[in-house]
Amino acid sequence: MGGLVYYSSASGNTARFVAALGLSAARIPIRPADPMPAPALPYVLICPTFADGMGRGAVPKQVIAFLNDPARRALIRGVIAGGNRNFGETYALAGKVIAAKCAIPVLYSFELAGTETDVTRVRAGLDRFWGTECLTP
Amino acid sequence: MKDTITPVAVPRAINWNRLQDDKDLEVWNRLTVNFWLPEKVPLSNDVQSWATLRPEERELTIRVFTGLTLLDTIQNTVGAPALLPDAQTPHEEAVLTNIAFMEAVHARSYSSIFSTLCSTKEVDEAFRWSEDNPHLQAKARAILSDYAPGADPLKRKIASVFLESFLFYSGFYLPMYWSSRARLTNTADLIRLIIRDEAVHGYYIGYKFQRALERETEARQAELKDYAFALMFDLYDIEAKYTAELYDGIGLTEDVKAFLHYNANKALQNLGYEALFPPAACEVNPAILAALSPDSENHDFFSGSGSSYVIGKAVATEDEDWDF
Repeated sequence: MGGLVYYSSASGNTARFVAALGLSAARIPIRPADPMPAPALPYVLICPTFADGMGRGAVPKQVIAFLNDPARRALIRGVIAGGNRNFGETYALAGKVIAAKCAIPVLYSFELAGTETDVTRVRAGLDRFWGTECLTP
Repeated sequence: MKDTITPVAVPRAINWNRLQDDKDLEVWNRLTVNFWLPEKVPLSNDVQSWATLRPEERELTIRVFTGLTLLDTIQNTVGAPALLPDAQTPHEEAVLTNIAFMEAVHARSYSSIFSTLCSTKEVDEAFRWSEDNPHLQAKARAILSDYAPGADPLKRKIASVFLESFLFYSGFYLPMYWSSRARLTNTADLIRLIIRDEAVHGYYIGYKFQRALERETEARQAELKDYAFALMFDLYDIEAKYTAELYDGIGLTEDVKAFLHYNANKALQNLGYEALFPPAACEVNPAILAALSPDSENHDFFSGSGSSYVIGKAVATEDEDWDF
């Protein structure tokens, strides 16, 4: 099974979702000065959305910095996006932006810290996903 | 002559280049970029659609909007200002004054809808109804008692998040419902702008609550959690009655309640708490979800439902930070 990498701002919604998944996951730090995780295996990225009304700034700067590194970027296989439907058409937009940038699929989207249903679906989905993905970089 | 006047405390001039909490600037930027006024929305395009509503549907719509006006008025003049003395940073105070002002814009927007679509007599009747409606008055009182001077600062934040993220939704349901049936679509566009703002407000006040909660003792944390869930039960009880009174006539009460459960859980998440209502109680009508976030289907690549390899539509995502 591949890995998980996630970002969560100080509000902690995505961190709570990842904790509920109960899978080991590496956190992209909030502070630029802290070290980035260095995944050795393919991974799925879980990322919240921070877009304004026009969709600008959807992907957190620290996630962009993480993906700017070609070695880290080469291992991303899919993205799961957090968001809030109350933001209308920019709901979970970070997923679409990362998918387009990295040519990988949006696997799932969830609101805030997710629901029980989201956790069940993502756990089962990741199991199946890694069963079909090639794990060699 | 000796100066005997007690010195008044002078606040320090705010320096946005020295932040204690990055979230303050992040939210300030989000709110100011999202600023809008009702004049931006072509409400008059809904005049014909309004005329196709039956009289009881029009009455329901006006009543729902007067109820929303009351909540926005409370948040504008009492709720957001009541949070100011508890602010931990000068930047938080600035954000709260922005929140207070936008609540005034929201309250003002409903009057724009009224003046565009309705007769003065209909509107006056609905405002009278809102003043006499026991459920609407009860929810206002429940929140206001937590906003009162001397009330617990953290309970005030809990009440504020419940107003922003839960109490509005019995009302927001209706324009989303009309929009899903291609009615009052411009009005729905305006309401979506309000919903977007309230989402940032609930998120931010909930975030500040979580930061303050971290500094409390375990016993106090437990007390506040009990308080939050008890208040949610009380408010839900009032909302269920308010919803039945409004929506029984058009047979939508149960549909609205699913939307209430879903939003109650999201309000609790803004405070950092777990859900109260089980998934089966939160199955919101998909047409309402689609009206909330048009063009953004829920991606579920895993279940094979819905489109997935979305190599997203071009949106304004230009960002100089990307290196590839």
